[in-house]
Amino acid sequence: MNEVLFVAFPYVAVALAIFGGVYRYRRNRFSYSTLSSQLLENRTLFWGSVPWHYGIVIVLLAHLLGFLMPSMWQAIMAGQYTLYTIEIIGYAFGLAALVGLCVLFVRRLTMERIRAVTSPMDWVLLADLLLQVGLGVYVSLVYRWGADWFVNTAVPWLVSLVSLNPQTQYITSLPLVVQLHMLNGFLVIALFPFSRLVHLIMFPFWYLWRPYQLVISNRPVTTMGKAHSDAEWA
Amino acid sequence: MEIRSQVSMVFHLDKCIGCHTCTIACKNIWTDRKGTEYMYWNNVETKPGTGYPTRWEDQTKYRGGWVVEGKRQKRLRLRLQGKWGTLTNIFYNPVLPQLDDYFEPWTYDYQNLFNAPLADEQPTARAISMVTGKYMDTIEAGPNWDDDLGGSQVYANNDPNFAGATQEELRQLQEIDRTVFFYLPRICNHCLNPGCVAACPQGAIYKRGEDGVVLVSQERCRAWRMCVSGCPYKKTYFNWSTGKAEKCILCYPRLESGQPPACFHSCVGRIRYIGLVLYDADAIEETAKAPQESLVQAQRDVIKDPFDPEVIAAAKASGVPDSKITAAQQSPVYQFVKKWKLALPLHPEFRTLPMLFYVPPLGPVLAKTDKGVYDNVADDSRLGPLMSSLERSRVPLRYMASLLSGGNEEIIRDVYRKLVAVRVYMRAKKVKDIPAEEVEKALTDGKTNAAEVEAIFRLTSLPTYEERFVVPPMERDMSVDSLFPALDPVSRNYPVRKGEVGVGFHTDPARGP
Repeated sequence: MNEVLFVAFPYVAVALAIFGGVYRYRRNRFSYSTLSSQLLENRTLFWGSVPWHYGIVIVLLAHLLGFLMPSMWQAIMAGQYTLYTIEIIGYAFGLAALVGLCVLFVRRLTMERIRAVTSPMDWVLLADLLLQVGLGVYVSLVYRWGADWFVNTAVPWLVSLVSLNPQTQYITSLPLVVQLHMLNGFLVIALFPFSRLVHLIMFPFWYLWRPYQLVISNRPVTTMGKAHSDAEWA
Repeated sequence: MEIRSQVSMVFHLDKCIGCHTCTIACKNIWTDRKGTEYMYWNNVETKPGTGYPTRWEDQTKYRGGWVVEGKRQKRLRLRLQGKWGTLTNIFYNPVLPQLDDYFEPWTYDYQNLFNAPLADEQPTARAISMVTGKYMDTIEAGPNWDDDLGGSQVYANNDPNFAGATQEELRQLQEIDRTVFFYLPRICNHCLNPGCVAACPQGAIYKRGEDGVVLVSQERCRAWRMCVSGCPYKKTYFNWSTGKAEKCILCYPRLESGQPPACFHSCVGRIRYIGLVLYDADAIEETAKAPQESLVQAQRDVIKDPFDPEVIAAAKASGVPDSKITAAQQSPVYQFVKKWKLALPLHPEFRTLPMLFYVPPLGPVLAKTDKGVYDNVADDSRLGPLMSSLERSRVPLRYMASLLSGGNEEIIRDVYRKLVAVRVYMRAKKVKDIPAEEVEKALTDGKTNAAEVEAIFRLTSLPTYEERFVVPPMERDMSVDSLFPALDPVSRNYPVRKGEVGVGFHTDPARGP
């Protein structure tokens, strides 16, 4: 059972996300969109979208940092006060994400214009994210110092998955809610190609480097034209 | 010098009768789909008025276009925000116009007229929102809600161009025989320094190299919504159904086959002219940074003389085909904008270098009644026998300057003096009731001469279809079909460059899951 849940399912989820995402990108690129509803409703969106996005981005980055640099992360967590600080920051952003998500949920439920642009998959995704963030906040509250212990439990399990040598013993003895948080995390990944979640890999960092103006011709512009493409005004 | 060709336009406002035929032509072809009902790629506004979307000219609210800032005014940046600001505001754009700033589109429950049970009252067709599908009890705004000065206490008085107007000027608007208005048809300006392109973090909007048409790649747009704010003319719209930005495409399929866009073709008053201009792409940044009062002149300067051998050589070097150079030499836009200096860009102070120019309307400016008498008193300052003086004009020149010259009233005066000279000269020629010295004075005041006036008259009043619309069909070796005959086996679309240049794709443009 553990092998199915903690080995097979993560692999299936990630494979689904990668191949599904690539297939959707190749087959129906038009459908890649954030599907923003800000034009239809503005005020409530602010209290939902901003705390949700900033909260989840910071929390996910912390997860990622612990996973990529476990020894460094652990060294930081060794200090009592740094651990306090990180826990408080994590808790604050996790809570912000949760509150934002609740606002978005209520907004989608109560506003007619937003309901008009809501698909069944939007509800599935919203409910699943609510569950995931709720579980995360609950775990961080009930099982304290998660910033410390996850480096010795979840991280080695994830590393073993990545290195294609799955080891489930790190997490099998963890409490059920923690395991649920991990499994549901992979469910979110599995939902990636089937929902509007695809927009998160589209974040346009490239904008910082590209010139303001873009001029595109069927035939490449002359060498003279090319010389200008590095400037802000291409 | 990097010479490129640009499809450019002139609208002659004196000829616009406000019939909205252009709007209907565009609406029926392009924006009758779900999610686009509220969009008018072409709209005709009544001026004075707040326009569409409401108060679009007020950039303290919408923050569109560019500003020059920094020490010695050296840096050009989007009024909206910097590049980092775009990325940090991407989850919530603080200045995005709302659907209600345009209007909520609706239809009627016509079926009820047939299906209503027998009753004492007449059945009615209630309004149904085209967004939610629910009944709308009160319709608070619609397209052209303030058409022909409807509700002008609310709308015309709130025209942003009246900032600084005197109480007398505002009061005048409400007097029944002194009130005044004219029409302002608007489409995308296909700017040389477009704010929408610069604001899009995804790089989904681009200027087409061949003719300068600004297009949104529907496959690349990810609904970050910054283009809507970046465009100071609010001519980029957000399709709430597909989650993609959409805008005027200048009917490029028609352009490519040598036909004018549908709104041009259908124009009843024949106010619209389209033609190519050759411009210097290297000078765009400097031009956009020019001081506000000289922006109009700077924009005239960026357009180059298509007869100048040096310009022709540079154009050829940058790959502008001969057909386009020839067309640029016959361009009505070049005549109106550069040669005669009659057509002016709309709100040049937004610094996007719009490529749609307007000949300001003479009619409402110079006609004026005083105590019910048409004011044509002959005195020293009069411009002609049928017109009162510019200084006592009914639409304040300041208003026109705010609209068309970045506040520079001298430019507006020059244009009007020349337009008056045309009228005086032609009247003297046809009706023969104006003494020669007055005609001579009008010509001198207008800084023009008989030959130029004849040419202006000809292109204003009697132009043929071929003189108004000078667009050569796209070169076959430049068209995309010849480059990419094969379909991508997975997407069943043309390979990537086809999408990049805005030619369609074959997958259903449906909202994602």
